[in-house]
Amino acid sequence: MNYIDPHIHIAARTTDDLALMAKMGCVVVGEPAFWMGYDRSGTSSFRDYFRQLTEWEPKRCADAGIKHYAWMGINAKEAEDVAFAKEVVAMLPEFLDRHNVLGVGEIGLHKCTVNEMATLKSLVELGLSRSELLLFHTPHLEDKYKGTRMILDMLSEDKRVDSARVCIDHCEEHTVRLVLNEGYWAGITLYPTTKATPSRAADMVEIYGPDHILVNSSADWGPSNPFAVPEFIAEMRRRGHAEAVIRKVVYDNPLKFFSQSKNFNFQPAE
Amino acid sequence: MSNQPSPLAASDILDKQFLTVRSKLIDLAATFDRLDRAVADKNSASIDTNLRIVKIREAVARLLEAGPGRAEAIQLIFSLPYDE
Ligand SMILES: [Zn+2]
Repeated sequence: MNYIDPHIHIAARTTDDLALMAKMGCVVVGEPAFWMGYDRSGTSSFRDYFRQLTEWEPKRCADAGIKHYAWMGINAKEAEDVAFAKEVVAMLPEFLDRHNVLGVGEIGLHKCTVNEMATLKSLVELGLSRSELLLFHTPHLEDKYKGTRMILDMLSEDKRVDSARVCIDHCEEHTVRLVLNEGYWAGITLYPTTKATPSRAADMVEIYGPDHILVNSSADWGPSNPFAVPEFIAEMRRRGHAEAVIRKVVYDNPLKFFSQSKNFNFQPAE
Repeated sequence: MSNQPSPLAASDILDKQFLTVRSKLIDLAATFDRLDRAVADKNSASIDTNLRIVKIREAVARLLEAGPGRAEAIQLIFSLPYDE
């Protein structure tokens, strides 16, 4: 089955991973800008990273037969230094104009601080002023519930927000209902020990239905699995779910969400 | 048998194992929910008296008791009895 991994950090993966992903049916990836495991020393590091995400990684993916799209933003960890983040945000329009960028992401909260929130608001303002799609990272572990609520509250206060153009990512059992109730796309990340597993993601699809759920690997430089979406497909098949239901989650839904971006020009085969 | 004390302090073990334990607990909770849902959705018979569920409940209760020897005790819950 062809699938889309709507959230994966290709810059942290090997060419062998990309070749195997393609063999497993991956046709499109979305790569949000994020934290590379260390804080960057200056804005020029961000510029190079944004170039990597819009120039080099699309080429590596194309060589494997995968269409690559990027998201531009500054991650919550590096958003803490508001003055520094401001310089990075000022750089974003140039990259958002690039032909293979889907919107502003991944942006969000990490420790849910006042500074993180200030940077986040400026990123949301930038996105809304340009009618961009928005991709939100929600915090890990004990901060997730609070951070998700803060993001949802912030969005509900802004009348310009169209829930169909927003994905709230890394949802788990205690946040997914809140996100779906507000009409957003709910991203579920399949991770080995944190976030969700393929089984628990399948549970959430069974409980809430497949309509607004996206599953992704968020594979990066840490413990993660670039083949997690095929594992979800296998888990759904083992449970006896119809192929159409599985395809909706791993292909039709991300296609529908991404297609709202003017830069998404992927042509499905057939 | 002489014992071989762990070189790790309890706080080190907790640091290293916290996320794994947390994830196993959530997996377990999700599995119990899945069982309940299957009974509710399919109107299938209750599994409350199923011997495997009874043993799982017994094991979970044993888990919360003071140690040592929890792993051994839980293994015995899932073992055939042996009459000497
Ligand atoms: Zn990510």
